[in-house]
Amino acid sequence: MLSKRIIICLDVREGKTTKGVRFQGNVDVGDPVEMGERYCEDGVDELVFYDITASHEKRGIMIDVVRRVARTIFIPFSVGGGLRTVDDMREVLLAGAEKVSVDSGAVRNPGIIAEGARAFGSQCVVLGMQAKRVGRRPGIPSGYEVFVDGARVATGLDAVQWARRAEELGAGEICVNSIDADGTRAGYELTITRMISEAVRVPVIASGGAGEPAHLRDVLTEGKADAALIASMVHYGTHTLSEIKRYLDNAGVPVRTKW
Amino acid sequence: MSAPTDGVVIVDYGAGNLTSVRLAVEKLGWRAIVTDEPEAVRRAERVVFPGVGAAGSAMETLRTTGLADALVEYAASGRPLAGICLGAQVIFEQSAENRARCLGILPGTVERFGVGPGFKVPHMGWNGVEFVAAHPVWAGLESGSQFYFVHSFFPVPAEPGMLIGRTDYGGAFPSAVARGNVVAFQFHPERSGRVGLAVLENFLRWRP
Repeated sequence: MLSKRIIICLDVREGKTTKGVRFQGNVDVGDPVEMGERYCEDGVDELVFYDITASHEKRGIMIDVVRRVARTIFIPFSVGGGLRTVDDMREVLLAGAEKVSVDSGAVRNPGIIAEGARAFGSQCVVLGMQAKRVGRRPGIPSGYEVFVDGARVATGLDAVQWARRAEELGAGEICVNSIDADGTRAGYELTITRMISEAVRVPVIASGGAGEPAHLRDVLTEGKADAALIASMVHYGTHTLSEIKRYLDNAGVPVRTKW
Repeated sequence: MSAPTDGVVIVDYGAGNLTSVRLAVEKLGWRAIVTDEPEAVRRAERVVFPGVGAAGSAMETLRTTGLADALVEYAASGRPLAGICLGAQVIFEQSAENRARCLGILPGTVERFGVGPGFKVPHMGWNGVEFVAAHPVWAGLESGSQFYFVHSFFPVPAEPGMLIGRTDYGGAFPSAVARGNVVAFQFHPERSGRVGLAVLENFLRWRP
């Protein structure tokens, strides 16, 4: 049967993996290609390389990272961060990425999802979203609002409705990052993850809040996520991938246990 | 045993990203010749026919470029051919996707997943392939190994003897098919880590 996927995210700033808390801090954690290779050997199912380099002019550095990753690892990996046009996407895909991820760019220009899906296929386009619990109110029936720009700017968009719209436009996968849970290591936000997973037919990746293997168990079962994204949990060695997978396997969650 | 210096033709028909297929072939030490020219396919010693996307537009491109005829002739010559993902589908006769009339290199059709609620489409992620028949491409590997899939349609070979790999997603479906000099993988060997590269290498070394 289909396994649930464990995905590791590496934030990359000017070609170096940086401290996991997005938009803050620039402490180097390591070389993204070496780290990616190690995680591959440890059994990761997929990787995400998120470009947090502030300057659009320095995009070439990230493309170089993508090329080196593609020559080294042979599992699926996506690239996100600052992708605004189909040309941006094409450059990344031709460098060897399997998928591209759009977030704020898609909120500003939803057409980018459709254009990307048309040009490369839905399976290449992942919609990332930052969702925050704001409570049910007119315009936000789910109680979760979409934020952009480092999770600071409210968009007025309902998270579940935005997920549905992105699917209609052609997104092949939705990655839901909970702003409330992110960085807490207290667990994923199960409610919004489940709501979105039940609202769309495409796979859903849960993101934000992982601190213990039990959190992944919960989001992959109760949260109905198809995949769980982790970062600081493994970057700092508090948990290893094999420990996480062994835990999930023992808990009856279908995971890839041999690689 | 095939020698890496022979070169491997990777067919480019505008259906998706060939970068990872090319890089995987090169990583294994073979020379990759990415081409859209029918003559290069006719001359090839070994062909990998990848692809991601829709059957209808793929077949249209294959016909207008002359690659369709070249592939059919190549396959008939007995030289090794591997189809991957969309390539593993359009080598059959007919696809339910776009009701496309396909290459007819292998007898059979292509159908859509009719899975129930709770099953996401496309089938995306790592899933096990049961080796239901021995084949050189499985050499050194364990039945049940997990490979990476991303697809909404799957092949239905006309002859049961063609089935070499089976996978479960809301029911069993053919995930690897072979007949004579042709082998077809619904999964992506170039995205399936160590076992994927092993299958690809087995194909590259194969003398059918």
